[in-house]
Amino acid sequence: MNPVPTCEKWQYRESFPVDGGNFDDAGLVSGSIKMTLKEFGLESDVIRRVALVTYESEINMVSYSIRGKIHLHLQPAHVIIEAVDEGPGIPDIRLAMQKGWSTANDRIREMGFGAGMGLNNIRTFSDIFHISSHVGSGTRLKMIIHIGNTEDQESGEGRP
Amino acid sequence: MLLRDVQKILDAEVLVGAEKLDFEVQTAFGADLMSDVLAYAVSGCLLLTGLTNQQIIRTADVLDIAAIILVRGKKPSPETLQAAAEKKIPVLSTKYILFEAAGRLYKNGIVGCVEKVDEPRAHL
Repeated sequence: MNPVPTCEKWQYRESFPVDGGNFDDAGLVSGSIKMTLKEFGLESDVIRRVALVTYESEINMVSYSIRGKIHLHLQPAHVIIEAVDEGPGIPDIRLAMQKGWSTANDRIREMGFGAGMGLNNIRTFSDIFHISSHVGSGTRLKMIIHIGNTEDQESGEGRP
Repeated sequence: MLLRDVQKILDAEVLVGAEKLDFEVQTAFGADLMSDVLAYAVSGCLLLTGLTNQQIIRTADVLDIAAIILVRGKKPSPETLQAAAEKKIPVLSTKYILFEAAGRLYKNGIVGCVEKVDEPRAHL
């Protein structure tokens, strides 16, 4: 992989498929994206936040969707993660965003998830977060994390 | 303190990462809910948990957690240990329950990586 070019127009894209129901592999995409961003030399706080929002998205996809894709788009000023799935969709997004609200089954809870924190965590650790969903077709999440000036832009609550 | 001191205090067995026992640790987080770990744990802290599946390794990797302490004598699956070895994350197992393990570490100077949720630490 090439080091980060100095040209302002550089960018890097990669897409990863995620299988719904494949609990064993949940977290492999975020691990892979983390390694990619490390090779690009991004600062560790940015890498951690990207990995975290990707990981929670992956867990959601594995838990609730039929299949999906996670798209990484690295630009000079920010990292964009898009998580697009085919699945049941979310009937009430406001409710789904509430801490503690969950429709998780036992399998998901055994993994340590399904406590109704996922979307909330994703929103907290993203600089910009957008969610849209259509019942019966699927859900799309878009997370943007700025590179640099993380102290000014960090929206995290409870992070020292 | 060093991870090696943590091991002594908790009378813990080192399952992965015997070569990383000289790593310095100051803070810890304890939970079985990985989403709560993701919400509140901080880079470089210890993770005390009773969960043993591969998600503990992936969660620890996402957050750059220093080491995982399995409480209540839990032993992870070979897949979990292999994932830990690949990510170079030390895994220790102690027979102390979560409350005892946390208390013994706290008494020796390890503090929570956060004190209360949604509030920054007063000092560290």
